[in-house]
Amino acid sequence: MKAGAKTRICPIEMINPISARFQLDYGEFQLDVDLNLPGSGITVLFGHSGSGKTTLLRCIAGLQRAPHAYLEVNGNIWEDSRRKLFLPAYQRSLGYVFQEANLFPHLSVAGNLQYGLKRIAKSAASADLQHILELLGIEHLLERMPDKLSGGERQRVAIARALALNPEILLMDEPLASLDFKRKQEILPFISQLQRELNIPVLYVTHSRQEAGQLADQLVILSAGRVQACGPLPETLGRSDTQLAQDMDAASVWQVRVSGHEAEYYLTRVAFNGGVLVLPLLDAAIGTPLRVQILARDVSIVLKSPAATSILNVLPATVTGISEQTPGQSVIGLQVGDQPLLAHITRKSAALLGLWPGMAVYVQIKGTSILN
Amino acid sequence: MITQADLETLLLTFKVASLATVFMLLLGTPLAWWLTITRSSWKGGVNALVALPLVLPPSVLGFYLLVLMGPAGPVGKFTIWLGVGTLPFTFAGLVVASVLYSLPFVVQPLQTAFAAIGQKPLEAAATLRASPLDTFFSVVLPLAKPGFLTATILGFAHTVGEFGVVLMVGGNIPDKTRVVSVQIYNHVEALEYREAHWLAGGLLLFSFAVLLILYTVVKPQAVTR
Repeated sequence: MKAGAKTRICPIEMINPISARFQLDYGEFQLDVDLNLPGSGITVLFGHSGSGKTTLLRCIAGLQRAPHAYLEVNGNIWEDSRRKLFLPAYQRSLGYVFQEANLFPHLSVAGNLQYGLKRIAKSAASADLQHILELLGIEHLLERMPDKLSGGERQRVAIARALALNPEILLMDEPLASLDFKRKQEILPFISQLQRELNIPVLYVTHSRQEAGQLADQLVILSAGRVQACGPLPETLGRSDTQLAQDMDAASVWQVRVSGHEAEYYLTRVAFNGGVLVLPLLDAAIGTPLRVQILARDVSIVLKSPAATSILNVLPATVTGISEQTPGQSVIGLQVGDQPLLAHITRKSAALLGLWPGMAVYVQIKGTSILN
Repeated sequence: MITQADLETLLLTFKVASLATVFMLLLGTPLAWWLTITRSSWKGGVNALVALPLVLPPSVLGFYLLVLMGPAGPVGKFTIWLGVGTLPFTFAGLVVASVLYSLPFVVQPLQTAFAAIGQKPLEAAATLRASPLDTFFSVVLPLAKPGFLTATILGFAHTVGEFGVVLMVGGNIPDKTRVVSVQIYNHVEALEYREAHWLAGGLLLFSFAVLLILYTVVKPQAVTR
């Protein structure tokens, strides 16, 4: 272990079936992470390119070997460098979906799906392949060769191929990065649905806020090979001190439920613990859970509730943190009811308002977008 | 016209080339795979050694093989100890010499084909529970099929076309080591130009047909040199 290496344990859950510690040094890039992850839900490993998210995923898969490593999944130790234990990738109970589908070009779709199934012990409970095929809508493709599939179809076959083995963990490395927006929207719902129905924990690597906001139950933010923040999605996104919060397109994600409609104004009301938000009219039944994304630059702060404003969403909030990492810009962390919120304001505005952690203010939200 | 003696040399040539090709594939496949995946510092040296016959005069290779396999050479001593006698001027010796001489024509297309597969399919196989050996047979071999076709054709054709090594190691013994290229030489020496034309023309057509197949059917994917 390197001296002075600061590691961060993620307090996501009391029970952490997945413990991952990796340290490697490539000279210009160092990876140094210590993560405890829950055994359910989708955990998104988020970061800019070069942050080490793919390297971390490959280490977990055993496709790459870190000199200092400890990896435990559901009580099985897959890797322990102190005991010189390293389970090769093919002996780990995992599924891996690559950035490009990476199907075997010499095998048909059925051949690709069968490849792993033929190699797991007969006794091992394999997944219900038929069910997976139906979920992903690829039953009609079985006879085709991979070069006769569209990009989206290839990626769905790759996901089915990985899930067919009923792995203990599913690792996905930017599985949608090579697809256009339309194809992405075609596959994203599948991934959430698969996760819910098959109940396999998913580690999902992406640099797309959209995918992270739509999929993540837990979020791990990586920067320069280190874990910057981790925890449940809204809380982690709402932290003002991360690299992510400084970005131009920084945003918060709120988990809300549809509570009513104002049809005459083409508006829909959604509720969260501590308030109500008004959105453009949605075709959704009352009670439907939604994820709403709020860009930090669409949030402004006022000290008193404005008497008259054209902005509908004015909510009481508490300042939780102030971060000034970009010249001229202040990133304000806020709490609105039980939802964390980020605001980007100018350094001058922050000074004029005299913001300090714990201060009660009002936020005006100019725009929102629905993630799912 | 083609004489009975000519026919015998043709048959012998075919036998040598077929056997040598089989041995080259058996030897060349693991060698090419090792050369593709290894990070060993031996790689450069082994690569150079395999490629030597490409640049060496066949007489040099033939000379050293004669010395090594002769009764005083280490290989010769070993084969005598085994009870099979010495290899020079025998059919077996001819096959051994052909294998060494044509090996780069098998190893290099295979190496190119293996390298073209890349790391990705191997990693996909690993995440689908296939051991490295399993991966080699279930992914690498099928994907390298064009490379094997090229290697087989080139190895066979090059063995048919060799002359110098054959003459030095095999000699000129009818029915045992006299192959087509040597027979053409015999005809020319005896001023039998008509007979020489038949064999030489045949060999020319054969070689052209082989290369035509390579460049049209197999595509110039892995044709080296």
